Amino acid sequence: MDLSYSAEYESFREEVRSFLEKNADRAPKVGLLMSVGKPSQDLLAWQDLLIENGYAARNIPREYGGYGAAPDLLKRVIIDEEFNRAGMSRGMAGQGPDMLVPTLLEHGSEEQKKGWIRPSIRGETVWCQGYSEPGAGSDLANVQTRAVEDGDDFVINGQKIWTTTAHHSDMMFALVRTEPEASKHAGLSYILIPMKTAGIDVRPLNTMTGAAEFNEVFLTDVRVPQANVVGQRGEGWKIANTTLRHERNMLASSAQLEGSLLGLIALMQREQCNGVRAIDSPLLRDRLLRLQARVLALRYHDMRMLTARIKGERGGAASLVSKLAGCEVSHQIAALAIDVMGELGVLYEGSRYQRADGRWQFLYMFSLGLIIGGGTAQIQKNIISERGLGMPREPQSQTRR
Amino acid sequence: MDFGLSDEQKLLEQTLRRYLDEELPITRVRELVAEEPGNDGGHWKDLAELGVAGILVPEEHGGSGLSILDAAVAAESLAWNVAPTPFLGSAVMASVALTTAGSSAQQARWLPRIATGECRIGVAATELTSRREDAGVSERAGRLNGKSLMVLDATGADHFLVPVGQTGESLALVDAGARGLTCERLRTIDRTRGFAELVFDDAEVADWLGERGGAETAVCHMLNAGRIALAADILGASERAIELAVAYAGQREQFGRVIGSFQAVKHMCAEMVAELEPARALLWYAAHALDGQQEDAALMVAHAKAHLSEIGREIVRTATEVHGGVGFTDEQNLHYWFKRVGLDRQLLGGPDQLREQAALLQGWNTA
Ligand SMILES: Cc1cc2nc3c(=O)[nH]c(=O)nc-3n(C[C@H](O)[C@H](O)[C@H](O)COP(=O)(O)OP(=O)(O)OC[C@H]3O[C@@H](n4cnc5c(N)ncnc54)[C@H](O)[C@@H]3O)c2cc1C
Repeated sequence: MDLSYSAEYESFREEVRSFLEKNADRAPKVGLLMSVGKPSQDLLAWQDLLIENGYAARNIPREYGGYGAAPDLLKRVIIDEEFNRAGMSRGMAGQGPDMLVPTLLEHGSEEQKKGWIRPSIRGETVWCQGYSEPGAGSDLANVQTRAVEDGDDFVINGQKIWTTTAHHSDMMFALVRTEPEASKHAGLSYILIPMKTAGIDVRPLNTMTGAAEFNEVFLTDVRVPQANVVGQRGEGWKIANTTLRHERNMLASSAQLEGSLLGLIALMQREQCNGVRAIDSPLLRDRLLRLQARVLALRYHDMRMLTARIKGERGGAASLVSKLAGCEVSHQIAALAIDVMGELGVLYEGSRYQRADGRWQFLYMFSLGLIIGGGTAQIQKNIISERGLGMPREPQSQTRR
Repeated sequence: MDFGLSDEQKLLEQTLRRYLDEELPITRVRELVAEEPGNDGGHWKDLAELGVAGILVPEEHGGSGLSILDAAVAAESLAWNVAPTPFLGSAVMASVALTTAGSSAQQARWLPRIATGECRIGVAATELTSRREDAGVSERAGRLNGKSLMVLDATGADHFLVPVGQTGESLALVDAGARGLTCERLRTIDRTRGFAELVFDDAEVADWLGERGGAETAVCHMLNAGRIALAADILGASERAIELAVAYAGQREQFGRVIGSFQAVKHMCAEMVAELEPARALLWYAAHALDGQQEDAALMVAHAKAHLSEIGREIVRTATEVHGGVGFTDEQNLHYWFKRVGLDRQLLGGPDQLREQAALLQGWNTA
């Protein structure tokens, strides 16, 4: 363990601070959770500035449009801390920069990396994740969308569902069945599909939050070059799992949790009931402190896992718990915020007296969505026990197609 | 000893659920509340004929003269169907306030019209538990000033019941069209009920219930009856959420089997029921204690509302999880029950506040 901040890090912190001070008015407003729409011009410009200064796409090689710094745990921590302290936007997040880009870095061809990483981290190309289908949710390997070879192309038919951001996306990374004769998991390929292709029909689905964050996507004779397959044909399951690993890290981001916690603390310092500030109520404050401990634990857990990853060590069961724990804490932070606001905590839809644009009610519901999305809490527990602890699988939980 | 519902109470439950199932299915509820939160589409009149509006109104005033436990049974069934009605404001809180504080002339004036569903009364009681934004209503020369937030059952209300003063020392009935009164809609997560802010600027009072300055007991009883109705609402909504989850788990297949055959899913469902069923008994007892004005009534009410708020929140969340992605959609409608429970929790005192009250009632906080 060495967390000493040498002079180099102190001056790095100064650098980040002065960047944030100097550019405070250029930063777009911090959104609700992840961006689920098309990025605004402001956000695109901000993202460029962040990459240029090494505060986004920090470890992505320069040749692919990133900043190209070597991974450095302390610097990453300093960036997280300073951005959260200033309450300023971290730039683009979501399926493209956080899920597809790291997958391409691991499994993409040189041409794919050159072609896709730059526009994805800059937010010029917005991505959606085409995994789930009506019959393939928790049982993801049951994907039935078929891709049939035809000359240099695949012709794709099937249906995806719960596809977040599909209605604003330029591209989809999808899991499709290319080898119908192979076994369930060996018959899948991972393919990049331009959303403008003829035969794609996107239908937004409203959710409990009142917005339409996700969609149904119908694919009818959609023609995609075979060159758009990432990795080898039939390797889709492995590659999809790489993306899922990054997705779970993104969903459990402790920097995101810290941001929410800071918002909650600010709320509790402001909000008064019967003349008492929420932060001065021993009951509410105790709940806050419990959550603070969990957020701190996840923060240091993140640092531990990042260290292991940089060193190339396998994290064991500890590396599989972040999504389960992080999404739960996020939900509980929102739950406390609502209680802090008492009766007014239920206001929504732009009502008078609603706090923070209804952010807390939105987060309360959306974080429940994230407890389900990206592999449900129950599936996470199966993964932790089976892969992490080596426990036996449930009888017959793996039936053949 | 006989701890349970009577045959009449069971019949009330069956009658109500049958009516709601046929006349107010969730698809119809959706249409109605999309137009306006809390819009009952005329069903309140029908429910009045079934005895719901006048459930606590004495028979001599045209009601059914039933008990708070009966009202809890009705509230549970209404929430089971997320029915948009002014049950909490008119049938419970206003009726209790009138029967406890009203003179016989006042009872004769108001109660018969409450029982027929003609008169609908919103209740401005938020500030009794949580004063925010400098809200609160006071009296000057017989008129009202100030404001009240989160006035419940405001949609379609022709009158408002307004506790006046710091602790609700006086109880005023105000005509919705009274001079000096403005009503502004507030929007919440739960469309099945209509809320508003009332602003009083020397507003005229239609009727003072009971002694001016001496209404505290009645106000307290009214609040406790409201809490029982809310706790019962949570009970009914949670019960339906469990039913929906169990039904879904019996149909949905993943990995070549119905998801209900996974222990993880079975345990989620079993845990929901293991929390709910004891709470049902607690609620019945609390309602019974309040009916008999028993010494432990206030304590039981505080516990019942706080406890159902806590477990209800977990139940509707777990029921959503059992549904997977489908549970998060608007189309599946499960969120109507989710939001109803979320709203009930915050009204007339959140669980933290009610537990503090429970401590106080037992002489436990001397600090
Ligand atoms: C907000 C949100 C955003 C999403 N975004 C995307 C996206 O962009 N792209 C995409 O492809 N998908 C997306 N999804 C889909 C998500 O990945 C699935 O909803 C999730 O994997 C669960 O699948 P399902 O909905 O079919 O539920 P089911 O698999 O039907 O699960 C229903 C219930 O059964 C349980 N269950 C199932 N199998 C088992 C088992 N073996 N053991 C124990 N319990 C089990 C589950 O835990 C759950 O409680 C999103 C979902 C949400 C809610």
